[in-house]
This record gives sequence, structure tokens and C-alpha cells, in this order.
Amino acid sequence: MATRLPPVDIVIVGMGWTGGILAKELAQTGLKIVALERGAPRSTQNDFSVPLIRDELRYSQRHDLMMDVSADTYSIRNKPSETALPMRRLGSFLPGEGVGGAGAHWNGVTWRWPDHELRIRTKYEERYGKSFVPADMPLQDWGISGPELEPYYDKFEYTAGVSGKAGNIKGQIQKDGNPFEDPRARDYPLPPLVSNHASQLFAKTAKELGYHPYVRPTANASQPYTNPDGMKIGQCQYCGFCERFGCEANAKGSPHITVIPVALRNPNVELRTYTWVTKVLKDSTGKKATGVAYVNVMTGEEMEQPADLVILSAYGLSNVHLMLLSGIGKPYDPETQTGVIGKNYAYQGGANVTLFFEGKSFNPFIATGGWGTSIDDFHTNWNFDRGPHGYVGGAYISVGGSNGRPITYRPVPPGTPQWGSDWKRATAKWYHAALTIAASGAVMPNRYNYLDLDRTYTNRFGQPLMRMTFDFSENEKKINRYAAQVIGDIAKAMNPTQMGQATPRLTWSVVPYQSTHNTGGAVMGTDPATSALNKYLQSWDMPNLFVTGASAFPHNSGYNPTGPVGALAFMMADTIRNKYLKNPGSLI
Amino acid sequence: MSEDKPDLKVARRDFLSGVGIAGAAAALSPATPAMAQTPAQAKDLPVAPQAAGYTYFKPTEVQFIETLVDHMVPKDELTPSGTDIGIATYIDRALAGSWGKGDRLYMQGPWGKGTPNQGYQLPLTPAALYRAAIAGSNAYCRKTFGQSFERCNAQQKETFLKDLQAGKITFDGGLPGRVFFGVLYENVMEGMFADPIYGGNKDKIAWKMLGFPGVMANNAENVKQYNDGRRFTANPVSIADMS
Repeated sequence: MATRLPPVDIVIVGMGWTGGILAKELAQTGLKIVALERGAPRSTQNDFSVPLIRDELRYSQRHDLMMDVSADTYSIRNKPSETALPMRRLGSFLPGEGVGGAGAHWNGVTWRWPDHELRIRTKYEERYGKSFVPADMPLQDWGISGPELEPYYDKFEYTAGVSGKAGNIKGQIQKDGNPFEDPRARDYPLPPLVSNHASQLFAKTAKELGYHPYVRPTANASQPYTNPDGMKIGQCQYCGFCERFGCEANAKGSPHITVIPVALRNPNVELRTYTWVTKVLKDSTGKKATGVAYVNVMTGEEMEQPADLVILSAYGLSNVHLMLLSGIGKPYDPETQTGVIGKNYAYQGGANVTLFFEGKSFNPFIATGGWGTSIDDFHTNWNFDRGPHGYVGGAYISVGGSNGRPITYRPVPPGTPQWGSDWKRATAKWYHAALTIAASGAVMPNRYNYLDLDRTYTNRFGQPLMRMTFDFSENEKKINRYAAQVIGDIAKAMNPTQMGQATPRLTWSVVPYQSTHNTGGAVMGTDPATSALNKYLQSWDMPNLFVTGASAFPHNSGYNPTGPVGALAFMMADTIRNKYLKNPGSLI
Repeated sequence: MSEDKPDLKVARRDFLSGVGIAGAAAALSPATPAMAQTPAQAKDLPVAPQAAGYTYFKPTEVQFIETLVDHMVPKDELTPSGTDIGIATYIDRALAGSWGKGDRLYMQGPWGKGTPNQGYQLPLTPAALYRAAIAGSNAYCRKTFGQSFERCNAQQKETFLKDLQAGKITFDGGLPGRVFFGVLYENVMEGMFADPIYGGNKDKIAWKMLGFPGVMANNAENVKQYNDGRRFTANPVSIADMS
């Protein structure tokens, strides 16, 4: 029998970026807030100190900071006709676990998704006609516009300490920025990071080809910084141990050094670690959340935490899983295309090519997480005509190179043996002399890409695993093939000694790491028949339930998701404080 | 040329208190005992780096794994042999430790073969996989080449490994050789390139081969100086060096 705890006003499930933002912003209401985090507490001093943290085997290969799939995982398959099998090891994507979530071990890339992404259906139909969007692509507007989200992007960038160069301030195009971005009120809080030699070579060629290279914005601090909450961020040391690692210098914008400690200064905010939420509790009408059930994973004890307002702010996939387990909203059915929970799941596509320059050294280990030079000519550039290519979306193209960690980073030209003395010689010869051009591609929703509950496999608490059904559709194959062609052409123009084949992603495998940009499943929108949440990320079915995260994205851009994830969390906090709490109920 | 000295003043207390799961394998590593252990334990451990010994592999498995890592990483002008740089020791410790026993591996049935896109689906921990697959490899080599793997000539070994990698070999009982090869290859690379604290990459030899400077990385100045195609060089620094 579960122990029923004294009620609180607000319960927050998951303490990463968005849980931290909500806790910090809502703390000012004086309401009693409890945040539940299923993983461990984390601090820079104890968890990310040097040399402990500079261990590629432990953190990158063995995923020490990530979700433990022996306790809970996903079953996976490429299409509904296959039998889903559990993801028995982490591979393709790496959800975080513990205080700070994936925000403690991300790379830092922070984009603003433009208005034409947020109003995607309207924009494509206006430009290309209604028949341009394929019948099996449930493409949807998000219910918000770029200008509405702008002030919240600003808040997130200044909270996390993003380094970059604005491309468009109030309509004025800025030199060296991304000319295709939407207008912004002001520049980034920090100047761009140093450009490495590989990025400079790419930028030079890209410019010669008529493209518009710029230094990519990222939450790796180019200078020491104090954010608006007074939290200190250190200067990046370009150590090459960024994604998959915590930062010992506090130079990566992370929730455990910013929003979470600010929230916890307030006596009305309590954080409970090692608490695994298993369900959102409902009243007899099923229209109101009454709190959450959780397990104290230190003791196995089952608890009930009553609350007036429930905020799901776990990893996006976990938010969807909790909604399915709790029976909130109608589960999506790909056959009838009805229901909303699990709908519009998307992932990340792309293409890449590796170039080898004999005699040059790019010093791949002098690097940081999100740095690099990008072009958006085939992505955020709305003037790029998708018509002849027949696809929705695009791909942004970069040279970055976040590390030279040698268990995984050992580029050799095609045809090199994989072991033996010749392999060693080639590995030693090319380690310094290679660079990769990578395209990160959008993924549009497809009716057969979705999330639901598995019928066979369970997690450590006996609950069904979430089942993921996904593969790249024709639209994505077109994006990725075209991106491969473009990067192949840029590569040739850079005149390397040797180069590999530019390779597009054409099918999804759970084995090699690709991206942790899993989106959708509990999407925002304008219509309760096709979305789980309204534009404020409030559940249509349960007005005292709000859900943050990339699970709210109705499609996936080529851009990394954390920018809009953070911005939407700030917007949600604003809405709850200034609208919802004054008059609890459906906001639309 | 800048020969940056590592900051050796970094306190070891955080590292020593936080070795945790990964340290289970490291603690047994004789390659770096003084660095990996608390002072009280360190004096009890052997210091001779060559006298590695094995904690998981049985004698026939030792012959297989040493032969294999010496074939994949032969002694040449770049490095000593795979065994001499500790790759076999690394794999032995990994299998004896929590990873080998199935840490962070979802082990609930039923078990389906699945598609290649669905990844690892065998009901075997890494340690159990090695046990079965080494026996299977030797049986296959005896059947095909008339002798166990370690007695095969270089060409036969090469043929066996390439066929294993290509999925052409299924061991008696149905175990797919390609799955074993995938795990084996990854472990050989880990043993060669991981921090020496885990028993391989002895004397940071593989890092020296690449020019990887290791865990010392305060590059805020270097990033500006070395962004014109020149090579940055430094003596590599390992976890033990900083502890």
C-alpha cells in the first residue's frame, strides 16, 4: 500500500533543464513545490572533477551518466509489421539521468527555430500548394509563432550563457552571423568561440561557393559569465571532453549550475532524488490530475504525492511514457490515425563525409562541445526552393569536431584495413589530419512513426516498456541524399588529399550513436483531435497537467532541440504564473 | 613548439572517492596499482607490470585472446604487441567486472533474433558470450583449418577474422559469429586506446602513437595558437598521472 504524503501545490517530475527552469520561475509564487528526480544528485565538485571525469571508457563507452537500460528501456522496430525487441544497450541515443539530466552532459548547441518551422503546415501550403505535403505526413503547425517565442529564447540564451554572433537584430542583418535567422532583440550574451583550422577551411570554401558560413551558437562559454540570476559560468578550456561528460570548469551552460541551485535557494522548493515516478494520479472524472505515484528507489517504498498542479519535465520520451502509463489522452493508432499520445514521433537525419589533408594538423582533441561553423543555406533559409527537391524540411551543414577521444575518434581513409600494422600506420597518420563535414537533417512526422506501450516487455517496476516504431520516410531520404550531394561537392571544393563517400542516413538502427534528438509523442498544437497539448503545453484532456520537452514538437527540424525546449519551458512558466494560477483551468 | 606541462596539483581526493563502478575493474589492474589504489591498499599489490595474470579467462581462452590481440595489434615500429600493451589484460578485467556481468544490459526475455537494426539480442552477458564464442571459434578453426585458433598460421587467422566479421560463421549451437566479432573488436579498441588505468594502453603507448595528449586539456590558449594547421604536441597525461 502506497504511503500518502502531505499535499503540495506543484509537483515537478524530472530535474533537468526544463524542471529546473519551472522550479526556479515558479518558486517566486511562494507555492509549495516538490521536484522528483529518479536519478542521483550531481555536483561539479563531486561528479565532474578532473581527472575523474576525463575517462572516455567510463563516460562515453559505458554511459555512466546516462539512463540505465537494465532498469527501463524501449522496445524498438522500424515498422509496424516487425516485432519490437528491447533496446538492450544504449546506442543510437543517450537519455540522461540524475540532477541536471542530459543538460549536464550535452554539447551545448542552442538554436532558435525560425517562424517557418513553427508554422510549418501553413507556410508550405502557402508556398507550394496543399498537395505538396504527402498524405502520410501529419504535418502540423505548433500553435505559436516565432515572434511569440523570441523573448523566451532570449531568456534561455542568457540563462545558459550562449556564445555566438547574431545574424539579424531587429531586422538588421549582422556581419558574420547567420543571415537566415529570424529577427532577435539583441545579440548573444557571449561572443563566439574561437574558430579552429578545420572550421576556417570550411568557411573559406563555403563562402567561395556562395554560401553563408557563421560560427554556430552554443552554451560553451567563450568568456567567464555571470547570468541574470547571478550564477557564475567559467571560461571554456576546449578540453575535448564535453558531450557525454560534465564540465569541471562550469563552462558549459547546465541546469545543475544555473536554474536548479537558484530554485533550491527557496524554502518552498524541495528536491527529492532517487524518486521514480510511475504514474500521474487522476480523480474519478479522469479530467483532473491529483498528484503522482512514485517509488523511492533506495527502499522500494511506494509513495503518493498529491498536488494541485503536475508538471512533467522528464526526458521527452519519458514524458510520453508516463502519459501512456497513466491513461491520459487517447493513445495514437496509426491505422485509424486517431488518438494523440505517441503521435508524430520523429528523430534526426543527416549525412556526413570525412576529408583527409596530408601534412595538416587539426589537433582534434583541442575542441569543445557545440563549436563549429555552419551554413543554413539549405535549412533555415526559407528562400531555398524545396519545390524541385520535393521535400519538407532541410539540413544544416557544419564542420565542428567536438573531440579527439581515441576509443571512438580514429578516422582513416576508405579501404584501410581494420587491424594489423597497416591499420596502425594509417590510424597514426590520419588522426590529426582529418575533418568531417556533417549535415543534420530534419525529420517530418509520418503516420507509421509513433510511440505506444509494448505488449511483452516490462521495466523494473513491472510496467510496460514504451515501444518505438520508426524509420526514415521518403521525405527524409530525399533530404539526406541531397545533403550528401551538397556536402560531397563542398568536400571536393576543399581539395583534400583523400575523402570518403558522402553518406546519407537511409534507415534507423539502434546500434551506432546518431543523436539524442528524439521528438514528438505529446505534441503541442491548435486542435485537441491532433495534438496532446495546447500552445502553452497544457494538456487538452487534463488542464492541471503541463508537459515540457521536445516531446511537444510536432516535427523535428535539422536544428538541435534544446533552444526551443528551454524557450517553451520559460513560456510555460510565465503562463502558469500570470494566467493559470490566477484562474486554474483550460487556458484555451 | 609548446611543451605544456600538465597541472599535477589537481587534488586526487575527488577521483579516489569517485572511482565507483568503473573502478571495480581498474582496482585489479596491476599496470597502475600505485595510482589506482588508496595508499593503504597500494602497498599490498604487485608492481611488476608484466606479471598480469588473468581473473576471468581460462588457459585455453588466454591462448585465444593473446593470439588474437597480437594478430590484430602486432609488434612493429609503432607499438609492442597487443598482449604486451595490456589489451588481453584489459579484456579480462572488463569481463570479470560489472560490465562483463551485464551491467547496463537489459536481460529480460523473450529473446528474438531481430533485425540488425535492433542491435544486440542474445541472452548472454559479455563474459558468457566470450566463453561460448571462444570455444566456438576454436571448434570452427579445428574443423576448418585442422587446429585451434592460436595454432593457425597468419593467413588462416586473417581468413577466420574476416569471415567472422562478415557474418559468414555461425558457431555450433547457432551462436552468430558476427555478434561476437562486434563486441570483440570494440573491446580490443578499448584495451588499446582507453586510459591505462583499466589495464591496457600500457605506458600510454597508443596515445603516443596518435599524439593524443590524454586527460590534460587546458587549451584556452592553445586553441588560438594552434588553429593554422600546425601540430600541437605534448606528452600524454593519464588519470593516474594526475591522481
